[in-house]
Amino acid sequence: MLESKTSTGPYWEQPAPDDEELLHQVEHLRDEHLLLDPRPPAENNALMLATMRRTGPFFWLMVLGLGGFVAALFAVWITQMIYGLGITGLNRSVMWGPYIANLVYFIGIGHAGTFISAALRLMRMDFRRPIARAAETVTLFGLAMAALFPLIHVGRIWKIYYMFPIPNMRQLWPNWRSPLLWDATAITAYMLGSTLFMFAALIPDLAMARDHTTGWRHKLYGALSFGWRGTEAEWRRLEKLADILCYVIIPVMFSVHTIVSWDFAMAVQPGWHSTIFGPFFIIGALFSGVAAVIMCMIIIRKAMGLGYFIREEHFNAMGIFLMILSIAWTYFYFNEWIVTWYGNLPAEKAILNMLTGDLGPFFYLMLFANIIVPLGTLWSKRVRTSLPAMFVIAMFVQIGMYLERILIIPGFLSRPELPFNWVNYTPHWPEITITIATFAFLGFLYILWSRVAPIIPLWEVHEGQALQTTRRMGRAALPTRTEGHH
Amino acid sequence: MAENEHKWTMIVDLDKCTGCQACVIACHAENNVPIASENEVIRGRGQHWIRIERYWEGSFPEIQARFIPVFCQQCNNAPCEPVCPTYASYHSDEEHLNVQVYNRCVGTRYCGNNCPYKVRVFNWYQPQWDEPLNQQLNPDVSVREAGVMEKCTFCIQRIRRGVEAAHLEGRDVADGEVVPACVQACPANVFTFGDLYDPESEVSKRLPDQRQAKLLEHLGTEPAVYYLKGGESHVGE
Repeated sequence: MLESKTSTGPYWEQPAPDDEELLHQVEHLRDEHLLLDPRPPAENNALMLATMRRTGPFFWLMVLGLGGFVAALFAVWITQMIYGLGITGLNRSVMWGPYIANLVYFIGIGHAGTFISAALRLMRMDFRRPIARAAETVTLFGLAMAALFPLIHVGRIWKIYYMFPIPNMRQLWPNWRSPLLWDATAITAYMLGSTLFMFAALIPDLAMARDHTTGWRHKLYGALSFGWRGTEAEWRRLEKLADILCYVIIPVMFSVHTIVSWDFAMAVQPGWHSTIFGPFFIIGALFSGVAAVIMCMIIIRKAMGLGYFIREEHFNAMGIFLMILSIAWTYFYFNEWIVTWYGNLPAEKAILNMLTGDLGPFFYLMLFANIIVPLGTLWSKRVRTSLPAMFVIAMFVQIGMYLERILIIPGFLSRPELPFNWVNYTPHWPEITITIATFAFLGFLYILWSRVAPIIPLWEVHEGQALQTTRRMGRAALPTRTEGHH
Repeated sequence: MAENEHKWTMIVDLDKCTGCQACVIACHAENNVPIASENEVIRGRGQHWIRIERYWEGSFPEIQARFIPVFCQQCNNAPCEPVCPTYASYHSDEEHLNVQVYNRCVGTRYCGNNCPYKVRVFNWYQPQWDEPLNQQLNPDVSVREAGVMEKCTFCIQRIRRGVEAAHLEGRDVADGEVVPACVQACPANVFTFGDLYDPESEVSKRLPDQRQAKLLEHLGTEPAVYYLKGGESHVGE
């Protein structure tokens, strides 16, 4: 029989059951699930604000170290502008190299944030609540890093505005038949959409921060929260806006990586000219993106002391997601290569021979990192809830997915149709420095951001906690969930 | 067919090619093609607009070299054209050539990727010529800066000059009036160049030929370059 008690207190002050066995069950549930373990919102707010203000020597050391890499990135880029792209290892056959691989990689890790926030929101998956913003931040800065690479890649950056659809004295519009223009359009739409989505969800938390800070923070949060007061009408509008943006941004997300894959699939280059590249790239993007979010979750939980918000249940859920994506990626990869191998066209055979020959170590490491490691470990809940294990697995996935892009771009390009043009590409110091520095740049922006914006969407957590509680059913305590007013 | 239209076409008789590279040198001189250092060429950065691809057949001592001069095939259905975001690579309907506008190029290098013949070259550095080569730059051809793509133009400056001179005299350009630098330099008469729309031109008379083939024809690029190759003929036989 369903026990129905009307409690008069606030949601975080539920009366403890008098039955000892039931009490034990409820405590177990509270340990496991954030949303069943409510604390007074004021306490959470204070905790979040304290972590945002905490900047010890280690933090500044990280800022300085990562900032050094950022400076190196721009120094190398400027050197490259002055001397020409000749300082890279690119050549006549391999016209695109790690710069484009980085573009694909960073757009890829930008896919998980939106998926976790928008798709899981629409599916009413409550585990996303505390991790949504950490994931969206990966999206935002991942896209910002990706947007750097077309600029670093082109030969004449000072003429880049020729690619923009702006009225100009040359009376020449950009060429919309070029996949590069589709790409730029899709990425811009995705960037605007995901920034708007993230910002809308930030407003209540910024208003909370405004009400509890002084000085420059108060002014900044005051300006950014647009006078949010938390009235019923404002909440309804926010929920509606978030839902609309979810429906808008999910198709955009799918389009972005499909179009990125078309940069390759639309070309006549052997190995690229494949009809399966669209979904294959989306799965690869989500795969590396979810792994990147897992790594960020582990780092912020450890560095900012957010163990209350980010719990084992979240790593468990993300681990299952990562495993499913690993299976899907494996399916696409083997589909791609089995068909190519069976087709046995000479130009594509040369690429297969290269993958298992000259590039063999990278190829097999990729398969190991993307298939053996995740599928061999993530089936176990003990592994999924162990932070060090999850960090290592996510790191392997990053390496595997990065190698996949490297193999597809400079790798495949080094075996064009006419054997006279076969080359072996090796990166030179500019590509290597800029690639490493970009990862540091992402970290640099992320840690600065984590001290400016609440990295946990507190209002979402509080909303989830208010909607969930435990109810007694017979001799068992069970979690229950009230539908919101959506 | 419009009045001024020409279908510039090249025939390359592989059975005559000795691999002497005179065409490569002539092209460098005519088109102000930058000269890459030996190291750069080893790194795959040769700037040549025309190159002699050398393939070995058989195994020692029964070994034969085969030479194929490869340059821009001036495809009718060129893969490099649609992918350019700035129309730097576009199709000239008048000359039926694939044209590269250096000033529009931002250097995405997509055209270079998408060219199955890999005949498009990129200016990796600011071009430089050692003394006294800098004294002989052709004033009819612009020198390209670092960061732009370039490629064989069928010596479009010579085509334009020939066509315009003929127009001033009130006639159409005659066969043999326009001669690209590689054609002019070749000691073995490998190349035949002309207007396929002119039924009296030498290319029109020689085509179709039993020995004709196009490079990577299966890709559907419709090149304007015809290669002639007999069954078992070898250089030096």
